[in-house]
Amino acid sequence: MKSFLKFASVSLKLYLREPITVFFTLGFPIMLVLVFGGMYGNKPSPMFGGYGSMDVSMPGYTALILGSVGFMTVAMNTSSFRETGILRRFRATPLRPLTYILADVTANLVMTLLGMVGLVLAGWLLYRVRFEGQPMSVILGVIFSALAMFAAGYVIASLAPTARAAQVISMVVFYPMMFISGAGIPLEVMPPTIRRIADFLPLTYVVKLLRGLWFGEGWGDHLLEVAVLGGILVVCTALAARLFRWE
Amino acid sequence: MPPVIEVQDLRKVYGSVVAVDSISFAVNEGEIFGMVGPNGAGKTTTIECLEGLRRPDNGSARLLGMDPHAQRQTIAQRVGVQLQESALPVRLKVWEVLDLFAALYHRAVDWRPLLEQLGLAEKRNAAFGKLSGGQKQRLFIALALLNDPEVVFLDELTTGLDPQARRAMWDLVRNMRQQGKTVFLTTHYMEEAERLCDRVLIIDHGRIVALDTPEALIRSLGIEKRLVFTLPPGQAAPSLASLPQVSRVEQAGERLTVYGHGERFVGAVVYALEDAGVPFLDLCTEQPNLEDVFLALTGREMRE
Repeated sequence: MKSFLKFASVSLKLYLREPITVFFTLGFPIMLVLVFGGMYGNKPSPMFGGYGSMDVSMPGYTALILGSVGFMTVAMNTSSFRETGILRRFRATPLRPLTYILADVTANLVMTLLGMVGLVLAGWLLYRVRFEGQPMSVILGVIFSALAMFAAGYVIASLAPTARAAQVISMVVFYPMMFISGAGIPLEVMPPTIRRIADFLPLTYVVKLLRGLWFGEGWGDHLLEVAVLGGILVVCTALAARLFRWE
Repeated sequence: MPPVIEVQDLRKVYGSVVAVDSISFAVNEGEIFGMVGPNGAGKTTTIECLEGLRRPDNGSARLLGMDPHAQRQTIAQRVGVQLQESALPVRLKVWEVLDLFAALYHRAVDWRPLLEQLGLAEKRNAAFGKLSGGQKQRLFIALALLNDPEVVFLDELTTGLDPQARRAMWDLVRNMRQQGKTVFLTTHYMEEAERLCDRVLIIDHGRIVALDTPEALIRSLGIEKRLVFTLPPGQAAPSLASLPQVSRVEQAGERLTVYGHGERFVGAVVYALEDAGVPFLDLCTEQPNLEDVFLALTGREMRE
């Protein structure tokens, strides 16, 4: 327990010292609020079912945060720790692998939630964004979705031979999702072809689940999303457990 | 007292390369045991099998009476490890590194005096990425000593360090022995092994070439002593080869190297020179060392 807490707090500290992580997790979502909020405002629109564009962007940007933590931070950080020999050094101690992974996941979850708090605060201060769900239900949804994306990140880290390769894979996987999963830009404004492509992207299901929970729908209304994300979580965790390498 | 480390027929193969070829040896409590050999001889593979980081294909390794791989967590509490290649997060500060690693051990010593002792006290708040090579190496030593280990593994401790830093490291290692710790180290510097180790295992191509104290290794081979001096310009070379103690003479320009045996070797040569009235300059003797032992045993120079 002592080593878990120490590792989690040190990991968190390191993430906060890493400019790229801080930017993508904490700065970028707020930047999106400023830019897209400035462009489109938050007037209720029939296109978004009577909500404003900033209202529906809150769960979308939250999905963006947990996606970027999963695909960028987890995948790249883990693979570069392995490549430089940091994981080797940890392995030559009594540290248990599971303790290390749980601490890393915890630190990434905290970063994700911090990013979300900053985002919602910015949205509320600037646009009084609406929230109609159960806070606990939304937080659970965020954690559930985040775990699924993190597991995918660990799979990328395990498959990529080098940190550089992990970075390329992460970008190829994540960048399209930023734009066509409804996370960065609501799917309502997209042509039908893009929406069909979006059905194949994991982050789309995160966006749908979080948006539903955000505006008061229950978990039961999103069984498809829960099934897809749960499937990703189970499969990727099993894969990562099998494929994970310390060196 | 049972040996601290016991290796029986240890064998490890990577693909078609036999890294370690059925070696057996034992390390006693409180000694500095050195494994010496050229790069790729099988040193790191052996030390990593002992550390539990690799599993031998054949044979067994016992550390403190336990299986290093199966009982890695238990053993890791009692041994200290410095890896040949490893790193730490660049933005982690020195004190944070120690604080983090201390949390992993049931019984960790206070790291503040350790920093003091390793000359890192003023680097306490420096980020790992900002440390010099020698400072990083000393930090890794601090990590290896953090749990007051019974056995310390040092893999290529001084590679890449300047001669002064290397000597400072040697003092640290001797200090470990003084505290009653057993030290197992690998090096490809013969001088380091000779100066530092109580016993030396010479390994080449995964096989043990020799295992003994440095002095015994040098003595046992009956390697020739050398006497080197320079003749003044124009001076004809004296005939020394007839002396019973001298085995051969090599001349390169005005520089002569005389090879020979026995306690009286140097005296006999110098006396013969004086007797023949041959002036000589810059006379020095060269004692055989582990480099010579390696050359004699393998027929090759120990170069990278």
